[in-house]
Amino acid sequence: MEAIIRTLPFFINGALETLKITVIAVGIGSFLGLIAGLGRLSRNRLIRALATCYVDFVRGTPLLVQIFIVYFGFPQVIQQGKTFLQTQFGLGPFSETSHIPAFIAAIVACSINSGAYVAEIFRAGIQSIEKGQREAALSLGMTPRQTTLYVILPQAFRRIVPPLGNEFIAMLKDTSLLFSIGIVELTRQGQLLNAAIFQPFPIYLTVALFYLIMTLSISRLVDFTERRLGVRGHHQS
Amino acid sequence: MAIIKVRNLKKRFGKLEVLRGINLDVAEGEQLVVIGPSGSGKSTLLRCLNMLEEPSEGTIEFEGIDLTDKNTDLPKVRESIGMVFQSFNLFPHKNVTENITLALVKVKGMKQEEAKNVAYTLLEKVGLSDKVNAYPSQLSGGQQQRVAIARALAMQPKVMLFDEPTSALDPEMVGEVLSVMRDLAREGMTMVVVTHEMKFAQEVGDRVIFMDEGLIVEEGPPEQIFRNPQNPRTRSFLTRVMQ
Repeated sequence: MEAIIRTLPFFINGALETLKITVIAVGIGSFLGLIAGLGRLSRNRLIRALATCYVDFVRGTPLLVQIFIVYFGFPQVIQQGKTFLQTQFGLGPFSETSHIPAFIAAIVACSINSGAYVAEIFRAGIQSIEKGQREAALSLGMTPRQTTLYVILPQAFRRIVPPLGNEFIAMLKDTSLLFSIGIVELTRQGQLLNAAIFQPFPIYLTVALFYLIMTLSISRLVDFTERRLGVRGHHQS
Repeated sequence: MAIIKVRNLKKRFGKLEVLRGINLDVAEGEQLVVIGPSGSGKSTLLRCLNMLEEPSEGTIEFEGIDLTDKNTDLPKVRESIGMVFQSFNLFPHKNVTENITLALVKVKGMKQEEAKNVAYTLLEKVGLSDKVNAYPSQLSGGQQQRVAIARALAMQPKVMLFDEPTSALDPEMVGEVLSVMRDLAREGMTMVVVTHEMKFAQEVGDRVIFMDEGLIVEEGPPEQIFRNPQNPRTRSFLTRVMQ
């Protein structure tokens, strides 16, 4: 117990790292997801197909593999791209190394992953808005774009707050996979501490508790936001 | 002069042909009432008039502009064609005033203050001056429908389309909506009304159209249609609904 209290700052640092990566990844992911979600509903068949491919690929493969593709795979592609540009077009010289810093790779992989899940959340949210809303806006002379922007999305946003909160919680837990490329987030921090003082049970229990504190706080926050926004369509005035 | 001209309009949903060749002129200032059994295509016809439903064949002209032409600026044309829906379709995330000002600001580019004044004037007209800050969920069906009418009128349309505006209302609220529509008719607004309110049709309509199975079966002044229908289908429909 005393060992845990002494090492508490390490846990806090790890938790903050976990939180930081999750916030950035879900933030970028929400943006990607909005675009991909709208893409899934586009009238243009090519855009729809691209968005569907992205969502299917990401949701159909493990995050761990996606992390490996970005961290280990992308540098190889970049390297070959440089060689190609040099030999074919005489461009360059480029920097020797194509290594991607682990933190950047982590953000890229998690953002892409989150984007696909958020895309489905947006798509479902937009489709849940009654057809009459779109028709009313169009009948007033709004363009399809204005209709989406001022009538559909504001209503969809309210409905996606709860599932978006779930996505945030899921991503928060999934960032533990980043230990595999050497990111010192909460789980990796626990591993390192255990290697130093070998107290596996209290250490991993503390790690779990930290995750629990974060996930519970987030669901409370989501509940609160939900009530404030009047998600169920009723405004308190 | 005809403000709306419909020629050989057909609409298919998959194999089902809902409109099977409609020809119709609506004159400026006219109040046209469309009646007929459910599934006869009357709502689809109305929804084609502002292209919420895309016709499969035929043309629709509004003030000489062919709406079925791919190059027609539909949003621009729709500014002049107001529509009131059976289920009101107010924007639930906006209060009554904002429901009315949204399109004024975004489409007509009006200043917020000016748009609000337009909204207040219209809300007074439909008898809802005390509800300017209410949200749709706080209003009764009749009140919501009156806001929806005010919202459509704010765009200063040349034609108003009503798609069964009282069908979703409790009986005691039908009157307040019909009375707003009656005022509009008196002011000379061009109106196309799909309705089951036969009394209203007789009282307000300049002309009544009876539709069945995707076709206009009979049309004429209300006295003729309701007192002396020529077609047996009109007759049997009217006996069913008028008893």
